[in-house]
Amino acid sequence: MVEAWQWVTKHPDKLAGWTLEHIWIVSVAIAIAVVLGVALGIYISRPGKEHIADSVLYLAEIMMTVPSLALFGLLMLILGTIGLKVIGFLPAVIALVIYGQLPILRNTYIAIREVDPAMIEAGKGMGMSERQLLFKVKLPLAVPIIMAGLRNAIVLLIGITAIAAIIGAGGLGVPIFRGLRNARMDLIIIGGVSVSILALVVDGLMGRVERWVTPRGLKRR
Amino acid sequence: MIRLDQVTKIYPDGTEAVNEVSLEVGEGELCVLLGPSGCGKTTTMKVINRIIPITKGKIYIDGTDTTKIDEDELRRNIGYAIQEIGLFPHMTVGQNIQVVPALKGWPKDKRSERAEELLELVGMNSAEFMNKYPSELSGGQRQRVGVARALGADPPILLMDEPFGAIDPITRVRLQDEFLKIEQEIKKTIIFVTHDIYEAIKMGDKIALMNEGRLVQYDTPSNLLFKPKNEFVEQFVGADRALKGLQLIRVKELMTGTPPLAKADERVVTVQARMEREGVDCLAVVDNEGKFLGWVDRVNVGKGETVRDIINRSVATATANAVLSEALSLMLSSGFKTLAIVDGINKLEGVLSFDAIQLALSEVAQRRGSE
Ligand SMILES: Nc1ncnc2c1ncn2[C@@H]1O[C@H](COP(=O)(O)OP(=O)(O)O)[C@@H](O)[C@H]1O
Ligand SMILES: [Mg+2]
Repeated sequence: MVEAWQWVTKHPDKLAGWTLEHIWIVSVAIAIAVVLGVALGIYISRPGKEHIADSVLYLAEIMMTVPSLALFGLLMLILGTIGLKVIGFLPAVIALVIYGQLPILRNTYIAIREVDPAMIEAGKGMGMSERQLLFKVKLPLAVPIIMAGLRNAIVLLIGITAIAAIIGAGGLGVPIFRGLRNARMDLIIIGGVSVSILALVVDGLMGRVERWVTPRGLKRR
Repeated sequence: MIRLDQVTKIYPDGTEAVNEVSLEVGEGELCVLLGPSGCGKTTTMKVINRIIPITKGKIYIDGTDTTKIDEDELRRNIGYAIQEIGLFPHMTVGQNIQVVPALKGWPKDKRSERAEELLELVGMNSAEFMNKYPSELSGGQRQRVGVARALGADPPILLMDEPFGAIDPITRVRLQDEFLKIEQEIKKTIIFVTHDIYEAIKMGDKIALMNEGRLVQYDTPSNLLFKPKNEFVEQFVGADRALKGLQLIRVKELMTGTPPLAKADERVVTVQARMEREGVDCLAVVDNEGKFLGWVDRVNVGKGETVRDIINRSVATATANAVLSEALSLMLSSGFKTLAIVDGINKLEGVLSFDAIQLALSEVAQRRGSE
């Protein structure tokens, strides 16, 4: 513990570098995952798409149970056979996007499907088209649940990104794996603690963002 | 205005919710769909704006087959207040009311002006409530906003499904009374769903009583009470229908709209002859603008030359929207067996005689006797 702290005071630039790298990877992955997850969630929530929704959600559940290490391995295999780089930033982001969009996709789907039927009927009855109904009624009402999914996803990705260091993506996983290889407890602690702190801080921040983007009328007083 | 022609709705699961219902609602009329729970009222209402597609039959609005009108366009021109109210919780009261005007592309200032006007119309202070959210309102206030929203873009037709359903009885009566006033101002064609016979009689110009998907009797409230078509109607309106009738039926249903009249400067002998010819004991006296002045009574004909000399001016009047019990108590307290029915500026709209009330009530008694 003490050694870890000493190391940090000696090399703050290195820790800062890993942390920024970590945040960068997570940000890129989350940005893509949100777009994909929300779009797919909206798509499978449309009436008449129930069977697709069932399969997609089932697939998503299974993917969530695949250990991230196994997924990285699988990805390296696939990327290798189609001739892409198997280590580094790209495969890491691809894996993270796959993971990250699951909670977002699931929450978007559930939120839209569970909008009070009375709201939908009122909207339709007043002459809203499907599109207007989606953007003026369903999505605004779904925002709190989608945001909860996003928050979930971000915390999840911060953890998994640490593991992505094993395929050379960089980030706070670097000291962890280096420590494991060289039996350097201090490095393992630095990486582990930093990841946890990062996750806690971002989770807290997301709580604020959540409240901020929730439509005022939906907030509990 | 609205015409249902042999409309049948069978849900995908086989439920026959509406069975060959034919119904015509005139312009400016308030038609109540009444009946026990599950009889098909809501379904009948919702096929009109095509929220529910029909299985068989046709629906016409102003003579146009509704399936020929674009669905969204049709709905934007039909005010819609659903049973659950369904205010959007993420929108302010003002935004909720402006939904249809916004869909129709009204400019912003016209929209907010309209929303203010409507809030005031339903008895809410616009400055206070415009920017509140539905979660900040009481049940009664939400109902009012629901009604205001349905009126948003000033649609000629209004569909209302138990609009005063989920509130306490006292607020409910107040909202009904207020809505009756509003209704006179806005003059819309209204389909109003309720399972409450009191509400139906009170609100309706016509009542369509349904049972098990079929239209049983489509009639005025007084006919429904006093001339029930069959046993089901009788049972549904209840054994105390004479009392209900007195409490709820409005004067306009039983009054004579074009009674024989007298003018103040007419000679008594002329007027006397008219009374004999018409077989009445008194005539309402009006001025040249049709305003009610008083009564000329047969017992007083010997006491003067012209009507002016013998006119009885000290008598009570009622409005066409008063209920029969009010009219009756006016008659009893004034000792006069005929009541002049006037509008807001004292113009004579008709007369209501004690006999007319008695006749209606005695029909009930006769039916009861023959049971
Ligand atoms: N979506 C639906 N699918 C199947 N049956 C329905 C549906 N909606 C209503 N029903 C049935 O149709 C009948 C009429 O319903 P409804 O019009 O809601 O009656 P009311 O408004 O008079 O209570 C009832 O038996 C009800 O159970
Ligand atoms: Mg109903």
